[in-house]
Amino acid sequence: MDELIIAGRSFNSRLMVGTGKFSSNEAMVAAMEGSNSEIVTVALRRVDVDNPQDSLLQHIDPKRYLLLPNTSGARDAEEAVRLARIARAAGCEPWIKLEVTPDPYYLLPDPIETLKAAEILVKEGFIVLPYINADPVLAKHLQEVGTATVMPLGSPIGTNKGVRNRDNIAIIIEQAIVPVVVDAGLGAPSHAAEAMEMGADAVLVNTALAVARNPGAMGVAFRKGVEAGREAYLAGLGKQQDKAEASSPLTGFLGS
Amino acid sequence: MEIIFNGKPRETQDSISVQEFLNQLQLDCMQVVVEHNRSIIARQRLDETLLNHGDTLEVIHFVGGG
Repeated sequence: MDELIIAGRSFNSRLMVGTGKFSSNEAMVAAMEGSNSEIVTVALRRVDVDNPQDSLLQHIDPKRYLLLPNTSGARDAEEAVRLARIARAAGCEPWIKLEVTPDPYYLLPDPIETLKAAEILVKEGFIVLPYINADPVLAKHLQEVGTATVMPLGSPIGTNKGVRNRDNIAIIIEQAIVPVVVDAGLGAPSHAAEAMEMGADAVLVNTALAVARNPGAMGVAFRKGVEAGREAYLAGLGKQQDKAEASSPLTGFLGS
Repeated sequence: MEIIFNGKPRETQDSISVQEFLNQLQLDCMQVVVEHNRSIIARQRLDETLLNHGDTLEVIHFVGGG
């Protein structure tokens, strides 16, 4: 059985899904079910007493899904640590997707603050999954402080551009001693398959599912993409080369 | 008295407990996490924690996110 193991816990699915931006809770649940995911991310925000909403958690079966709260909205390490502690106080397992994104335009993660927060959270017993730019040196530092994964972005959050930094992600994968989860920017199942073919251990998808006309069907499509990519990686892909190499024999032609 | 609730000033009666404050806003304590003056309050202590003028209260819950 080809299981994904993060911090000693096994998962059959290598597709994590986010729960943001869906048009309805029903659409979100359809995407979660279609994707066959076992890890779903959620965010923490102030309650809005002027516009009360029903609880998100009542739509997420805790027996089926591991809830992975994120620290989105944190602009520095201190805010990220604060959010992680709040998530744990909510009764979640101590898993945290660490995100520190001070720049609201590109939402690129701050490497220095992310590393600082990771160090504190690991010491406090959190299982830390940090969202990072595809920087192999940073990935190494994070693993050294004890993060459970590294989560390099394919392209900025919500851009649907796919894997735009292949070479750096390939180095991260080559050097990783923890699972590598390609997160952010994956807009199509082919993007997810590409990341998995490269040897990523898992991917995380949100926007592509949430904006699909049919989120449930898109969840299925991404599941297939992830499975195809993983199976191709395990089966062993051929090397690329410039010169053609015939698939058919080059001898025994008619008239020769 | 006035407290800062989720970043905005809000009038409330004197020496109200955090639990009563949540009740008045019809917030289910099982669905939220409360920070009082930057410290997280355990659910079982919401009743005994009293608000004072000028206190800061953050009431946080889960929303969809990636």
